[in-house]
Amino acid sequence: MPTSPHVFAAVSVRSIMLKVILALTPGLIAYLWFFGPVILVQIAIASCTALACEALMLKIRGKPLALFLGDGSALVTAWLVALTFPPIAPWWLTVLGVAIAIVIAKHLYGGLGQNPFNPAMVAFCAMIIAYPQLMSQWPKADANAFWPMLTAIFAPSREVDAIVMATPLDALRTILRDPEQRATIAGFLGTQASFGNIGGYGWEWIAMGYLLGGLWLIQQRVITWHIPVAFLATLAFIATGASWLDPERHVGASFHLFTGGAMLGAFFILTDPVSSAATPLGKLIYAAGAALLTWIIRSFGAYPDGIAFAVLLMNLCVPLIDMATQPRVFGWRKKS
Amino acid sequence: MLEPLRFPGGVKPAAHKEESTRTPIRIAPLPPRLIVPLRQSAAGAATPLVSVGAKVRKGELIARPEGPYGVAVHAPTSGEVSAISPHVLPHPSGLPGLCIVIEADGEDLWREREPLDPDHAPPQVLLSRILDAGIVGLGGAAFPTHVKARAKISTLVINGAECEPWITCDDLLMRERAETIVAGARILARIMGAKRLLFGIEDNKPEAACALERALGELDCGSCAVVRVPTRYPAGGEKQLVYALTGIEIPYGKLGPDFGVQCFNVGTAYAVARAILYDEPLIARVVTLAGNFEAAGNFETLIGTPIEQLLPLAGEKPDTDRLVMGGPMMGFPLPSRAAPVVKATNCILAMSPSLFPPPPPEMPCIRCGACARSCPMLLAPYELYWYAKSKNFGKAQEYHLFDCIECGCCAYVCPAHIPLVDYYRYAKSEIRAREREKAAADAARARHEFRKFREEREKQEKAARLAAKAAETRAKLALAENAASTPMPRAEDDQAALIAAAQARIESQNTEKDR
Repeated sequence: MPTSPHVFAAVSVRSIMLKVILALTPGLIAYLWFFGPVILVQIAIASCTALACEALMLKIRGKPLALFLGDGSALVTAWLVALTFPPIAPWWLTVLGVAIAIVIAKHLYGGLGQNPFNPAMVAFCAMIIAYPQLMSQWPKADANAFWPMLTAIFAPSREVDAIVMATPLDALRTILRDPEQRATIAGFLGTQASFGNIGGYGWEWIAMGYLLGGLWLIQQRVITWHIPVAFLATLAFIATGASWLDPERHVGASFHLFTGGAMLGAFFILTDPVSSAATPLGKLIYAAGAALLTWIIRSFGAYPDGIAFAVLLMNLCVPLIDMATQPRVFGWRKKS
Repeated sequence: MLEPLRFPGGVKPAAHKEESTRTPIRIAPLPPRLIVPLRQSAAGAATPLVSVGAKVRKGELIARPEGPYGVAVHAPTSGEVSAISPHVLPHPSGLPGLCIVIEADGEDLWREREPLDPDHAPPQVLLSRILDAGIVGLGGAAFPTHVKARAKISTLVINGAECEPWITCDDLLMRERAETIVAGARILARIMGAKRLLFGIEDNKPEAACALERALGELDCGSCAVVRVPTRYPAGGEKQLVYALTGIEIPYGKLGPDFGVQCFNVGTAYAVARAILYDEPLIARVVTLAGNFEAAGNFETLIGTPIEQLLPLAGEKPDTDRLVMGGPMMGFPLPSRAAPVVKATNCILAMSPSLFPPPPPEMPCIRCGACARSCPMLLAPYELYWYAKSKNFGKAQEYHLFDCIECGCCAYVCPAHIPLVDYYRYAKSEIRAREREKAAADAARARHEFRKFREEREKQEKAARLAAKAAETRAKLALAENAASTPMPRAEDDQAALIAAAQARIESQNTEKDR
């Protein structure tokens, strides 16, 4: 016999996941504007792969197909893989990445709700270690280069020199490692095609889109403010401090916030409830730690962006953080 | 104007209060047969004072309270006791309990009544009248009121929040009978020495709040106030309302009086006033019939009225598939329609598949934390769920499982539709069962060890006695041998010694038995 409560709020895992996808669309529209429809091709490849892998794993694990395929979680993973991989990544790279995310990072750990690591970031890290070159080929922001980009995805032989350009973070790294250019770092924005007004060219608008969608997610109470605010504030604080201390080596806050995966990470990746800290204080610590790691990897590491590694490293700390930050229970003045 | 504090967490389910507040409280007709349970709450047992065939009058004591938390039971109407037998009770277990069955004679004839003067009778006299009247908390928990009213406090909180959706019995009682509620509250305040009297009412009941304010206004009551608390479930939880009105947080294991505050439901205050002013014991209460009815409403109902006879009064719709006693957040499914109305019956909620669709299928927890944000006790329900499910009960207790008030907010907001409260109930009952088992095992071990000790002691004592006896016999024999002039043959000598030893044994066994 059903027990209390007998009423339920109109909310489900599916509705949450669909809202996350909806919140990604402003960023996606900006993406389309600057890079053209090729990103839709990647999303389609990723989504189909995700659903196929999900169905296969559910079948093997003997779970109800319709219920879990419909929960939307595999689609969110697919979208995040597509949006974090280079849009001209060969189709098999996306397929492999999504398969790793769904099969290994999600289902081998026990499926929905059980994965300690963010599946999309596991895919990103695995692929950037296995195929560093392919994962570093990012196209110029040119919405009209659809056919060359499509060819890059599907052609057996890859000739992408014409459409590839260094990402803002790569360009920055090159500048910083070139002794002659050091003096110009303070005013480098606008000196190269990679850079826009505050971040990377094009990328800054995509980041704006993610910011908009992320704020909507907070308003919809799908996520809380803690992780995005702590992540962005910490990243801004460290970047500002470092560039103030050593302006020749370190770039300021706005560049860090509006390039690479910072906004996507702050609102859509770090906030993955399954793999993130769950207590309010824990979320602040978790996100601040991720920001610190991101800045360190970006500034001193070998990889172009640090978000993915930072997320995985902080995922590892989640059980400890949650255990140490349990909030005070009603009526208990001191933890006892 | 006192500004209420915001208690943590909480949810806002659809209130559905209008359906049952359109009509005033109606008096339910006298049923031909009343089934009055002896046990009106978990703690409140009673011993029957009448036997089958006895004639009883309305309000007559028919069962005496048993133990410190016992509650008196009275005849709800005049008539004849036709049976004292087990009957299904409105309890989630569905187990039958002993009930006194009364065939109403239709006269509804009262016993002698002796009203008390609420302003001049000694508080002890008032308190014992509350005990005699069998009054329990009418908010749903049915805890004996005389136990709660024994404490000395400074602030008395009267709970008219009625935060559960659908239920409106307190609302209508406040609207229609505010003067009596205020009188009861003042009696309770006098008994407990409270200086301050606060009424907490959710702000979706403006008529009730105004009625109470009017009733208070007629009296000279300096430190009384009606506080409108924002409508948010569970504002009517005792801990939540006390916090909203006074800022006091009552932790698990403590009671309001530890902090100088006590809380009673408006219905309880009303019952107290009726008992003091009119010498009416608690034999009737207002019951909301809400949900799948043609004309939902509130009915003043005699305790013991079979619920199935109540339902047609509000026009139960045919597609009702189950009945719940209480509200949709904390109520439990009634095991049978034949169960009687008890003192704790605040609402009968009729459910149909369209009105209360079954929960969507359960999904895995995604740790979204919605449960923690909705928890009024600031617990981490997702952790409790995890530990309860994995039967890690020690951890569950570390995460304050027993602070959970089972309000259902977490399960209400859960996007994975996990019946979280069920997991907590399960873990709590498992822990309690294990504690009982452990206590029983400890007691058994102690008994066993003492028995071993006693047997050992008795064996030693017996051996010592036998040795002493044997020595005595030998000494006697030696004496006899010396005294005899003619020596006896050896065989006879031995025989005599054996007989003496046997006699000694029998004697010692006899003394053993006498012990």
